[in-house]
Amino acid sequence: MTDDTRSEITLRVNDETYRLAVDNRRTLLDALRDDLNFTGAKKGCDHGQCGACTVLVNGQRVVSCLTLAVAADGAAVTTIEGLAGDGELRPIQEAFIRLDGFQCGFCTPGQICSAVGMLAEHAAGWPSAVTRNGSPHRAGELTEEEIRERMSGNLCRCSAYPSIVRAILEASAREAVAG
Amino acid sequence: MRAFAYQRTTQIRDALNLIAQHDGARFLAGGTNLVDLMKAGVESPARLVDIRSLALGEIGETPDGGLVLGATATNSAVAADAQVRLRYPALSQAILAGASGQLRNMATVGGNLLQRTRCAYFADPSEACNRRVPGSGCSAINGAHHNHAILDWTEHCVATHPSDMAVPLSAFDAVVRYETLDGTGEIPLSEFYLPVGNRPDRETALPDGALITAVVIPAAAVASKSRYRKVRERASYAFATVSVAAALDVQQGLVQDVRLALGGVASRPWRARLAESALRGGPATAERISAAADVEIAAAEPLRDNAYKVTLARNLIEAVLTELAADAGEESNG
Ligand SMILES: Cc1cc2nc3c(=O)[nH]c(=O)nc-3n(C[C@H](O)[C@H](O)[C@H](O)COP(=O)(O)OP(=O)(O)OC[C@H]3O[C@@H](n4cnc5c(N)ncnc54)[C@H](O)[C@@H]3O)c2cc1C
Ligand code: SF4
Ligand code: FES
Ligand code: FES
Repeated sequence: MTDDTRSEITLRVNDETYRLAVDNRRTLLDALRDDLNFTGAKKGCDHGQCGACTVLVNGQRVVSCLTLAVAADGAAVTTIEGLAGDGELRPIQEAFIRLDGFQCGFCTPGQICSAVGMLAEHAAGWPSAVTRNGSPHRAGELTEEEIRERMSGNLCRCSAYPSIVRAILEASAREAVAG
Repeated sequence: MRAFAYQRTTQIRDALNLIAQHDGARFLAGGTNLVDLMKAGVESPARLVDIRSLALGEIGETPDGGLVLGATATNSAVAADAQVRLRYPALSQAILAGASGQLRNMATVGGNLLQRTRCAYFADPSEACNRRVPGSGCSAINGAHHNHAILDWTEHCVATHPSDMAVPLSAFDAVVRYETLDGTGEIPLSEFYLPVGNRPDRETALPDGALITAVVIPAAAVASKSRYRKVRERASYAFATVSVAAALDVQQGLVQDVRLALGGVASRPWRARLAESALRGGPATAERISAAADVEIAAAEPLRDNAYKVTLARNLIEAVLTELAADAGEESNG
């Protein structure tokens, strides 16, 4: 009899295809870190509350600690390790380094993956809780207030928030061009 | 966590059959509540039936001008939808006031309605909790309950329903559509959540094994003039202390239609019908708004440590209706 509590899954991580057998209880976060050795995504709370485990699944930011690996079968996952192309940092990564967007660095991979997803959401015209009532939202009006609200799912115990916001604001125009 | 089987299907019928044929089988949508509670040991399904490949993700219009939100549409998609933002702004605002960008990308319409309470004792299997284990007692009633209910609770459970989305849906008379192996059905949101009574573990009127397929919001002119306001313990990314969804339509100085619902005060979204009838038909003056807030809140019964919520809810009703009345005044003047 086959064991129906385990599954064979395929994950496309950072443009490489991986086949793996997982216990259905395995989260995407644990599969990335422990099975595939992508240790960039961090386990902060393991309950969806801190954002340290944020990765992009099919282009959207999600918390990988509440995503079951088996439920991500067939998905394209981007982790912090996959953001830089050809040894060149993305604008947002470069800005985090230049503008001190981190102190201990624990939350940083989640912050940066979240920022990439957030900028795409903003460019698609998605509103946030601080987007003014009634005014149809246009991309390009990314204020500090908007960044703080849209990034509220990523906590930073070192409280590097002012430089995180600055780095995202500064990189946002160049990220839009980088795509 | 208990080991479980996992299946994914593209057919509603198959999903319903899988749930019917297996004891302890549960639907999995975004997983943001279910997976979390499985980790805590509060939920222990034997099988998960992943419903995100079902064709239930559409947001569309009904023939009579309402909207249909597919059960697996993400919270992000609903909040960003142009028709939702134009015709039911409080719904978009409520969703955006909840959780985080990451969680809203995962969370779905159906899962949001069925999320369990955030009462900390509920999430801790070492504590007595009637909602988790019927008959075990309620740790909150004499424990830490500063963020618990002020309306409609019983000695069996004093928890609140955590959903922001459900609050404007309640104000807009939304209807939950479901499917079972016997066919399809509909339940108005006002009857969807059962009163606490002596069985807080029985949370909804959804038949056993039913799959929510959509939430339908009827057309309502008043809904385009609506607003959601949420008070919470930090500026973003926290559950409601008290929230208000309100809509106000004033014509020739008289309240034509008004909708009001509260979150964070009861085990279900609280439709404030007393306040609505106090306002309907007359002018939207400060005195009448204040009286409407009073009449709704008169029934509140605070617990030992949450009397502040009574004042907060009252003032929040007043503040949001006052803002909407001012908007209506500006519109008629210019
Ligand atoms: C850190 C954190 C903060 C949060 N903050 C907020 C907040 O401020 N405001 C707020 O409103 N919410 C908040 N949430 C809760 C979040 O909105 C819910 O967890 C989410 O909406 C649930 O949707 P889901 O699709 O992930 O459901 P799941 O977790 O997949 O499912 C939840 C339940 O619904 C059942 N189910 C799902 N879909 C269907 C269906 N179509 N038919 C039948 N049964 C179904 C499942 O079997 C399960 O029992 C927060 C969550 C977290 C983790
Ligand atoms: S308030 Fe309800 S959920 Fe909380 S401990 Fe009491 S019975 Fe359980
Ligand atoms: S580890 Fe996933 S949100 Fe904290
Ligand atoms: S830099 Fe230390 S947690 Fe953010």
